[in-house]
Amino acid sequence: MLKGRHLIEPHDFTPAEMEEIFRLAETMAASMGDFFSLCRGMIMATLFYEPSTRTRFSFEAAMYRLGGQVIGFAEPNSSSVAKGESIADTIRTVACYADIAVMRHPKEGSALVAAGYSPIPVINAGDGGHHHPTQTLTDLFTIRHYKQRFEGLTVGLCGDLKFGRTVHSLIQAMARYPGVRFVCVSPGELTVPDYIMAGLPAGCAVECVVDQPLEQHIGKMDILYMTRVQRERFFNEADYLRLKDCYILDRRVLSRAREDLIVMHPLPRVNEIAYGVDDDRRAVYFPQARLGMIARMALIAKLLGVS
Amino acid sequence: MITVASIQNGLVIDHIPAGKGLKIFYHLGLDSANLQTALIMNVPSNKMGSKDMIKIENSDDVNLDDLGILAPQATVSVIRRGKTVKKFSLTLPERVVNLLFCKNPRCVTTVEQQVDHVFVRLPGSSSYRCKYCDHLLAV
Repeated sequence: MLKGRHLIEPHDFTPAEMEEIFRLAETMAASMGDFFSLCRGMIMATLFYEPSTRTRFSFEAAMYRLGGQVIGFAEPNSSSVAKGESIADTIRTVACYADIAVMRHPKEGSALVAAGYSPIPVINAGDGGHHHPTQTLTDLFTIRHYKQRFEGLTVGLCGDLKFGRTVHSLIQAMARYPGVRFVCVSPGELTVPDYIMAGLPAGCAVECVVDQPLEQHIGKMDILYMTRVQRERFFNEADYLRLKDCYILDRRVLSRAREDLIVMHPLPRVNEIAYGVDDDRRAVYFPQARLGMIARMALIAKLLGVS
Repeated sequence: MITVASIQNGLVIDHIPAGKGLKIFYHLGLDSANLQTALIMNVPSNKMGSKDMIKIENSDDVNLDDLGILAPQATVSVIRRGKTVKKFSLTLPERVVNLLFCKNPRCVTTVEQQVDHVFVRLPGSSSYRCKYCDHLLAV
């Protein structure tokens, strides 16, 4: 039963509950118009304490396509947060107006704090470099769409694996399926944090490839998940400039990959995927954005108990 | 030399590192517990050089869960009719609240003042995980 629940971390829902959402999303993708009044009369609050276009648009589009309405703020300076209001007070106030809340905040653990005070479902739309469970929902739905399975896949992750919260969430979510292998390709300074590795189930196969070319490892991957080096997470600009172009996927590198590889990216892209790759049929990062909106439609409907 | 009488029934927390006794005294709530207690500081010790001790008369209903973090070297003796009937070392608690503080500058606990600092111990380890940001803290 997903009605009334929060989604704070990728493993808040069991694989069976995730499958329930995916099945609804699949139906929605096939006949979008049938769901246009599913959330009529309902309001979603979007509390975005840091900039986001894609995730916020995706959530708002999802709610509008379900017939619901949206209130909220896109940056904290235009809200009572600028007056020093706590997360706890903000969410309790917003819950008086809305049926469901979506929150992005730069501090890690902020969505969990909000959920602790909220009588309405809270969806974590990213808490600092920590979790981004609806991107994981998007990523899993995309993998399911293109591969029809999760079990036994080899997932390559490349780029900023330290601050890339989408990577952390995806690792934790995919690790729950049997036989999944990870190949983590990154510079030494941007490897997967220890607390993520420590939380993986015993026997989970992870190959960490540090400071080596992507082309040496791309051939063994079913999925390549590229990430952007995130300027906003660095305290030191010089470190960002040194690392930002450390891994670039171009046609030459992609020529070493299997024909059934899919290339995913949470977007926005900067330099890490050359534009020349966009026309390759293995590049699915734009369809992934549409699948993400549909997955969010299904999630909202399930948490509101209207599906 | 100060002499503090032995207790007849209760608890003796011994081998507390010198200087930590007062903090433990307050953390255990002994300042407001309406119990006969003695906090003895800087007692000469062959093993430790000097140490602190706490004696609690007529009660062993004191929550010692956090002692494993506050003073892992300490020992606890249960006293009945003036004799030690049980003596044990401390173990690390599974969960601690407002005892450890997250050192991750990006953690929400650095800005939300009313939020308890909650840590959960990793199974079989002396490391703790912050409930909010998942960062690890070795004790």
